Amino acid sequence: MSENSQHHVVSPKLYAAILGALLLGTYLTVQAAKIDLGRWNIVLALLIATIKMTLVILFFMHGKYSTRRTQLVIISGFFWLAIMLGLTLTDYTARKPEPSRSANPPAAVIHRA
Amino acid sequence: MHRTGELFGQYKTLDQQKETATLGMWIFLVTEILFFGGVFLTYTINRHQFPTAFGIGGNMLSLKLGGANTVVLIASSFTMAMSVWSAQTSKKQLVTIFLILTLILGTVFLGVKVVEYRDKFVHHLIPGNSFDVTYCSKNPAVCDLSGKDLDDEVKEIKEGIETEGGVTALNAHAQLYFSLYFGMTGLHALHMIVGAGLLLWLILESRKGRFDANYNTPVENIGLYWHFVDIVWIFLFPLLYLINRHLA
Repeated sequence: MSENSQHHVVSPKLYAAILGALLLGTYLTVQAAKIDLGRWNIVLALLIATIKMTLVILFFMHGKYSTRRTQLVIISGFFWLAIMLGLTLTDYTARKPEPSRSANPPAAVIHRA
Repeated sequence: MHRTGELFGQYKTLDQQKETATLGMWIFLVTEILFFGGVFLTYTINRHQFPTAFGIGGNMLSLKLGGANTVVLIASSFTMAMSVWSAQTSKKQLVTIFLILTLILGTVFLGVKVVEYRDKFVHHLIPGNSFDVTYCSKNPAVCDLSGKDLDDEVKEIKEGIETEGGVTALNAHAQLYFSLYFGMTGLHALHMIVGAGLLLWLILESRKGRFDANYNTPVENIGLYWHFVDIVWIFLFPLLYLINRHLA
């Protein structure tokens, strides 16, 4: 944790490079969406979005130059997010559909049949 | 008390004072990550359950407007980062200029969003009594549909009705998509409006020449917020607009 970490000045050149990379990522994600990759379409789209997010956090938000303590807070946020998404989605994918409880399900459920 | 970078009693150094502010901002942003995470999770589960209706809904959004807005928002993140750089290097006038540019780009984003929302009203895609996902395929002139686009739309709706087992079911699930669309983009737009208000305040303060290399914590922390809102859109765009484009 260097004393200088709070004073790190990112150069406009680097900011411009990140801007270019983000615009390129946007172009790629639109082009990739038009190709039929089956279930991999969504994987690729999220991969590109995650790369773009990482660039924003590291450089625009100075994550790369933050103190270790701040970096820990950033990582912990995504760690908790992963717990929420991971545990909920494993539950949804592993759970068997519930047997119908009543012969006349409420109107809102009818559409799902 | 007018804060211009003096050291408060509870801190040892200015560095420590500034890091405390940055850390606090990030802790707030972590709560925002989890808040939007829950919304994204709701969307994922529903989309998983009704892929056909969600795909049709997604293809009814304007790729042009959504894509343009993505570019606008990324550009606004760049100008925001540049205003932080201007403050760090004590270029006081540039701080104001870049903040104004950021506010303009943010406003353009919200303006485009208004146009998109209006189209959804005209196309009968607002959840409620008049919702009808087949409206555009029946009234192509109102939705500016013709030629191949119209053929694709009619075909997509026909297949959707078959897959979902009736037009009622398709409408119910497409309505679920549009409820989530308005909920998610609405929450995002609300964050943008709050950000625009914060930017306005920053601009007024910056004109007084308050931000320089010695003191720029508000510019940096509102910048962090602005970049976060940009990140949310970076995920909203592919998830809402691009999911089934390859089938269109």
